[in-house]
Amino acid sequence: MSCDAAGTVAAVRAVAATVAEHRVELTHLDREIGDGDHGENLARGFTAVLTKLDAAEPADPAAVLKLVATTLISTVGGAAGPLFGTGFLRAATSLGDAAEIDGTAVATALTAARDGVVARGKAESGDKTMVDALTPAVNAAKAAAAGGASVAQVLTAAADAATTGAAETVPMQARKGRASYLGERSIGHQDPGATSTGYLLQAFAGAATG
Amino acid sequence: MTVGLVLVSHSQQLAQGLADVAGQMAPSVTIAPAGGQQDGSIGTSFELITAAIEQADSGDGAVLLYDLGSGFLTAETAVEFLEPEQAERVVIVDAPFVLGAVSAAIAAHVGGDLRTVIAGALDARSANGPGGVRALD
Repeated sequence: MSCDAAGTVAAVRAVAATVAEHRVELTHLDREIGDGDHGENLARGFTAVLTKLDAAEPADPAAVLKLVATTLISTVGGAAGPLFGTGFLRAATSLGDAAEIDGTAVATALTAARDGVVARGKAESGDKTMVDALTPAVNAAKAAAAGGASVAQVLTAAADAATTGAAETVPMQARKGRASYLGERSIGHQDPGATSTGYLLQAFAGAATG
Repeated sequence: MTVGLVLVSHSQQLAQGLADVAGQMAPSVTIAPAGGQQDGSIGTSFELITAAIEQADSGDGAVLLYDLGSGFLTAETAVEFLEPEQAERVVIVDAPFVLGAVSAAIAAHVGGDLRTVIAGALDARSANGPGGVRALD
């Protein structure tokens, strides 16, 4: 699958399907250490994204990601809205108006997304947030791209690192977000935001691999 | 024209209730509640916050207070999407939500400019501090 506008739309549709599939699980994780709405909020956001995609014909990959960003910001009523929204927006900006993107562009976009999330949420690695999935993903994507990897290979490396990173949030004590109020009781649960970040990247990788 | 207030809460009722309380002492001030999501469920809404800013900012600026951290994230995003000229005069203040809103509303009601209203909200940080604790002794 090529990574032009149509390929990006197909990938976003795959992400929406993945979010819907994991809605209950994400909400359950969020009920353990948060406010119990992560799955519902993300599912609402990506349902709205699908509706917008049906009516739009984005010209390039950046336009697709920008549509996702503004829709998530408008419709996801938790911290995930501004955080994912900012991430997608920064990724879109980094792609410019390129009609097709390669592995290097994907790694650069993912880096921009992570930097945007960090700027918005002020979280650092080890705080038990989505940054703990994103930063390993960025590092893996950069390494793969430096070796000349394709879009699918870069996204697969990023997704695998994000999934591992999400699993590694289990023993962490939360230092950001609602879970931080739980103190030591946040230990032993996987962070919902890191988990959904892993699912998003797995869906992107799956779509790119075809 | 006065400085307006935007009250960002995860709950429609909490934002509205606080607007009612603060408004009682500041009838001349536009206090725009932005509570809950658009369907009324618990959360914060970029769209509701953006609409509340438009309502509260008459040109003299607006002070925005929030109840929880994710409200700050949504509020910050909403301010970033404003025209730069307006964004300069819409200020998110980290202050106690209830006391800060009442204190800022009064500062605006008596004609305070943006800087004074921000200071009013920040004053609330100490209003229930050492003095309040001492009063319990």
